[in-house]
Amino acid sequence: MEGLFIINGSEKKLSFDSGDILLNVLRANGFTEVKSGCHEGQCGSCVILLNEELVNSCQVFAAAAVGKDIVTIKGIGDIHSPHPMQEAFVETGAVQCGFCIPGVVLAAYYLLKNNPDPDDEEICRALDGNLCRCTGYVKIHEAVKLAAKRMAENV
Amino acid sequence: MSDMLNIGKPVQKMDSLSLATGTERFTDDFHVENPLYCAILYSPHAHAEIKKIDTSTALKVPGVVDIIHYNNVPRVLHTTAGQGYPEPSPYDTLLFDRRVRFVGDRVALVAAETVQSAHQALEKIIVDYKPLEPVFDPERAMDKDTPKLHVDDEHAMIPATYEPEKNLAAEVKISFGDMKKGFEQADFIEDHTYKVHYASHCAIEPHAVICYFDERGRLVIISTTQVPFHVRRIVGQVLGIPVGMIRVIKPRIGGGFGGKQEVFLEPLIALVAWRHRRAVRICLTRKEVFVSSRTRHAMRIRLRTGVKNDGRITALDMDGLMNAGAYGTHALTVISNVGSKTLPFFNKIENLNFCGRSVYTNLPVGGAYRGYGATQGYFAFNQQIDTIARRTDKDVLEYIKRWHIKEGETSEVFKALGEGKEGVAQAIRSCKLDECIDRGSEAIEWYKKRAKRIKVGKNMVKGVGAAVSMQGSGIPKIDMAACSMKMNEDGSFNLYVGATDIGTGSDTILAQIAGEVLRVPTQKIIVLSSDTDLTPFDTGAYASSTTYVSGKAVEKCAHDIAEQLKKVASGMLGTEQKNLFLDSEKAIDKNTKKSVTFTDIALSSMYEKDQFQIQAHASQTVDESPPPFIAQFAEIDVDLETGKLKVVKFVSAVDCGQPINPKLAEGQVEGAAVNGISYTLCEDYNFDSIGRMTNPTFWDYKIFNIRDIPEMETILVGSHEETGPFGAKSVGEIAINGPAPAIAKALYDAAGIRVYELPITSQKVWKLLQEEKPV
Repeated sequence: MEGLFIINGSEKKLSFDSGDILLNVLRANGFTEVKSGCHEGQCGSCVILLNEELVNSCQVFAAAAVGKDIVTIKGIGDIHSPHPMQEAFVETGAVQCGFCIPGVVLAAYYLLKNNPDPDDEEICRALDGNLCRCTGYVKIHEAVKLAAKRMAENV
Repeated sequence: MSDMLNIGKPVQKMDSLSLATGTERFTDDFHVENPLYCAILYSPHAHAEIKKIDTSTALKVPGVVDIIHYNNVPRVLHTTAGQGYPEPSPYDTLLFDRRVRFVGDRVALVAAETVQSAHQALEKIIVDYKPLEPVFDPERAMDKDTPKLHVDDEHAMIPATYEPEKNLAAEVKISFGDMKKGFEQADFIEDHTYKVHYASHCAIEPHAVICYFDERGRLVIISTTQVPFHVRRIVGQVLGIPVGMIRVIKPRIGGGFGGKQEVFLEPLIALVAWRHRRAVRICLTRKEVFVSSRTRHAMRIRLRTGVKNDGRITALDMDGLMNAGAYGTHALTVISNVGSKTLPFFNKIENLNFCGRSVYTNLPVGGAYRGYGATQGYFAFNQQIDTIARRTDKDVLEYIKRWHIKEGETSEVFKALGEGKEGVAQAIRSCKLDECIDRGSEAIEWYKKRAKRIKVGKNMVKGVGAAVSMQGSGIPKIDMAACSMKMNEDGSFNLYVGATDIGTGSDTILAQIAGEVLRVPTQKIIVLSSDTDLTPFDTGAYASSTTYVSGKAVEKCAHDIAEQLKKVASGMLGTEQKNLFLDSEKAIDKNTKKSVTFTDIALSSMYEKDQFQIQAHASQTVDESPPPFIAQFAEIDVDLETGKLKVVKFVSAVDCGQPINPKLAEGQVEGAAVNGISYTLCEDYNFDSIGRMTNPTFWDYKIFNIRDIPEMETILVGSHEETGPFGAKSVGEIAINGPAPAIAKALYDAAGIRVYELPITSQKVWKLLQEEKPV
């Protein structure tokens, strides 16, 4: 089957089978910035925003996302014009291997969108669906705090 | 270090923005035209012989192109260990074998036009197994009547003990002094047995491989590897392809921790590509990574120490039994490291005995895992020391300070125990462990909390524990790193390194080193790493070697470039080369202060006069492996009624020499420490009665998330290692050693119960609280 998706602001017509998982369809069509770490809804590497809600794309049928608005990590900023959240991750040294980072950054972006001034506990709760084995989460936590501070200053 | 431009500075990791914006590519992100997709059939039996394999129906599934198994692939014994040549691991592995040796051992591989076809065909392969009696208990593996796993022509490549007829994958023995006399001199003997469990590396990126042919018909392999050059060699060896026909590319790697040193996937995928002259790809599922890749070796360590009442250890006997699993990859070297990394620590023990054995069992395969034997050894060692210090009424920190190896000192163990063979004698040139202990104990408020059993709730009691350890920096006389460098018109430099950045940031720190020598900002160094066609050789990312070994190669290479710069500049300035120094991207005459910019030097050398490319290369091997040292502290709250144990704070104070990049060094320590805490408290392999792992998902194999971590504090205690690049030692592995013993000791401090067997789950704590009489 075929379906129209709005991915990072652009309309894309993608073809897929009825049982196909959104993560696989995205990756097969070049959106490889959405990572696949477990395919079981646990690691959070495949996180995207679907109609402004944070979801693990490995847990969504492509068919269920037709016509919806999808934002991947490339949709919030790019290498030439990064989002403050992306910059904060760089500055604090929160990026090691970086495989989990697109998911983590999107989860943090989603948090600040809904709660611009989160406390420590709220940051932890917002990111507890994203596994990272490299950083020990210390600098990830710092990055989110730094981004929140920066974004509040620039409002 | 105030005059340093790059060293000791938190330079931004050069790929971090591209990773955070999603433009970097990992192996499975690469597109290749029209590939075959692979799926692997695994054994449901722990031990069996394949009587017959029938693929006729499976081959009829539309889209299936090939099914390979023991009957139709070359029989080439090798090891998947991904080590230098000749490997210290036994040659006991085939691409596919007639015999399967654990639940998860590979039986066949389907290559098909689509993933779906490949999986459909898997279900249609009919295998007739003759089950054999399995061996699950390492203690029984060497018994006479126990079935043997490797009974054909498996063999060792180096002169080391390898007796598959006894299920003995490796044996290491060293002895000094007179053990009998040592134990006789003792006032008391502490004799304890410790057990360390299986674990998965859990790199979030699963193993993946892509093979394709380039325009000229050469085989290109993109792989999630820590050892691209070893991959090239081993694929060549197993497939009988000249190394010159193979190119291995390491893109971004999503974490390794030792799990991606193993070359178990590349030869299979390359073989399919070679048979069909087509692109082929595979990406493992999480379950496959858990069960069929590699694990931390489970181990039993018995420590017997003869001790005088004043605390002096008169004899130490360490007996280690390692569960190698079904194949002997790293079987010799991990057990060697249990001794070689822990025993030199208390270097004044005169009577010392170490016996380490690795045995085959029909369980998942062990392999390299961050810490590599030191993690297992230090769990036992630190708890033993705690027991001794308590019995002799000493503060364990003072006790450690009294007896640990110090600057200028050596240990006979360094020479006696190497990587599967004799080691290399060395004296310690840098050791700031005492400062690590002091600053770490201050951060955890040791003397305010130790032995106080502070109540923090109805049944909650506080305890603190400390653990110390050392690691190495590369493998002396074995590891080799090479690099090359060239200059561009604008005074930037291309740096080509074989060294393998697996997410650690080694590309960045190598650029910092080059930039420091040349006195240019790190951003002026453009790094290309780990492509066997484009970069010089490097043994790869393991054994905490990259900063120390590869970093030194880069330092040497940059010095060569610096001399060439000065030579050109001396002609341009009409002064002698020895009068020149480099700074601010200029060559400056120290007498006249006249200078010439790097850009002008480059332009002159490339276009104007006596033209040549300013370029250099360098190789580095090492004669020593200076250990970094660490002191780690856990503060826990334990519920005496329920056994619930929570790590409240964790402190790591590390002497890694001069940190090249403090932020990245901290990141290594924090990541390793959290991995270690997670391993200690909640990670475990559960097996059922037929040897099958029952929890191969992140749902059931719990690893720490951001909500689980305690307050973390990391202290970099600077030292200067004169043999390292700008004084650096390693930092990648060491911090995983301390959590298990520190938490176990904190539990004893809080509740008076000693856990000898990991993991330390709340259930186990509760059980011990019921069974034992807490002290």
